[in-house]
Amino acid sequence: MVNIRLENVAVTLGSRIVVQNASTVFGPGTLTGIVGPNGAGKSTLARAMLALVPHKGLIQIDDSDVATLPRAELAKRVAYLPQGQTLHWPLTVERLVELGRLPHLAPMSRIGEADTAAIERAMERADVLGLRDRIATELSGGERARVLLARALAVEAPALIADEPLASLDPGHQIDVMELLQAEARAGGLVIAVLHDLTMAARYCDRLVLIDGGTVVAEGTPAEVLTPANLKSVYGIDARVELTGDWPTITTLGRSR
Amino acid sequence: MTLSRPVLITGLLALTLVAAIGSILFGPVHLSLARMFAAFTGHGDRIASTILLELRLPRMLLGLGVGAMLGLAGAALQGYLRNPLAEPAVLGTSNAASLGAVAALYFGLAELHPIMLPALSVLAALLSLVGLSVLAGRSESPLTLILAGIAIATLATAGVSLALNLSPNPFAAMEIMTWLLGSLENRSFDHVWIAYPCIAIGGLLLFWDGRALDALTLGEDGAQALGVDIQRTRIRLLLGTAIGVGGAIGFVGLIVPHLVRPLTDRSPSAILLPSAIGGAALLTFADLAVRLIDTKNELKLGVVTAFLGVPVFLIHLMRERRLW
Repeated sequence: MVNIRLENVAVTLGSRIVVQNASTVFGPGTLTGIVGPNGAGKSTLARAMLALVPHKGLIQIDDSDVATLPRAELAKRVAYLPQGQTLHWPLTVERLVELGRLPHLAPMSRIGEADTAAIERAMERADVLGLRDRIATELSGGERARVLLARALAVEAPALIADEPLASLDPGHQIDVMELLQAEARAGGLVIAVLHDLTMAARYCDRLVLIDGGTVVAEGTPAEVLTPANLKSVYGIDARVELTGDWPTITTLGRSR
Repeated sequence: MTLSRPVLITGLLALTLVAAIGSILFGPVHLSLARMFAAFTGHGDRIASTILLELRLPRMLLGLGVGAMLGLAGAALQGYLRNPLAEPAVLGTSNAASLGAVAALYFGLAELHPIMLPALSVLAALLSLVGLSVLAGRSESPLTLILAGIAIATLATAGVSLALNLSPNPFAAMEIMTWLLGSLENRSFDHVWIAYPCIAIGGLLLFWDGRALDALTLGEDGAQALGVDIQRTRIRLLLGTAIGVGGAIGFVGLIVPHLVRPLTDRSPSAILLPSAIGGAALLTFADLAVRLIDTKNELKLGVVTAFLGVPVFLIHLMRERRLW
């Protein structure tokens, strides 16, 4: 079981303070959505958790400080699906998913049976077994998103951070990805997704962390976080929020005057 | 057309073997097979023994080693920079190495000991790395590194031009020009003993990061999140290139990865070994061509490899324009 704890985290990029005073805890078995307007610091916060940007304050994975944890060790504990779908070489799907085993391999070593099994499991969970021999750069956006997710799953880390996994996906593929992330959380994983689509966030996430101006302004269940008042103050929009089943549905009415 | 790895490696090794045998069999002086066999078994006449063991054998070994290193460095740098047009010259390493060698020639240090020229060449390449690191800083962007490399390359080329400009007499200038054209002529086992340790160290450094290069397919963030320490990978790659590639023979590092990539699964790590073997074969064949093509003035190896580089650029251009 894994926990990620943030205490007064601050990140400065160049001369700009992007994240400040951010404190929260992410626990196992939970799909947490990080939401907030453009430029709020969501992705930077996610990158700080992976030690991809230097930070001040404390970010702990279980009892280890990510600032001092060796990168290879951090990679075994937290899998990361970066923003965007850029692939620099036309690898086959299988080779791409295989990259997820890198944290478990010594330099110049070959992949073993355990790695092959993990690759198969990841491809099965992301439903990309049929794409195995296809060239990843030639896939459709939806297929590529699933393949990249399979790559992150192949790490078999207890925690997974996905940065905007729904970007450029149609509604059907968005649901596929969210269901997959939800299933990972149901299986005991700590899953964090940076999301822009509030409807999807409300529908699938167990918990939301609302970020504005680089700091956490609200956290809790989607119904607790996505209130008309929060939407107005953070996004500057008027919205109607209704509870449909267990989750809130948001109808945007317009810009706040 | 993807070939299975054992088939590809075996094929390339066979090709390299053919090149190596050709390199031993053919040269300006014709030697019969019987004389060569006798020379190899220690019963040959002195002329045949000298030609084979002191001229052709070291030349073949250097061709193989230097070619392998050039192919490997090109493949590794293309993977690291995620740029199919990368080769040691892109980062200014080979230009700096040339400047070191030219300095050795210009100041007459090359005549003191056979190790002086390669030593200065490697030293200059290592110094260029310091410059490159200062200019590029801790930026992980390949573009920053390439821009810094162009600055270093330009400076080194200017230094070479200055040496030519100020050379005391036409013979000194000619000596520098001849070296810059690139050649494996008149190399002895002294050169082999100097080159091979550098090639071994450089090769190991370049092979070390195959998986990290694969991970960079996902970009810097993706690779780092998989545990890759990009700064260390960069240092190993640059050191490997600087130590292993010390010369003016261009384009092998560019051409070979392009030739072997379509035969592999196209991942950066998968082309490292084939590029090394392919580089060894290509340079040895090119060196054979230099000896067999009859020209008034002797053809230089660097000239042949430069001509071989042209089609690679043209193929890229045609692919970009979707003509092929």
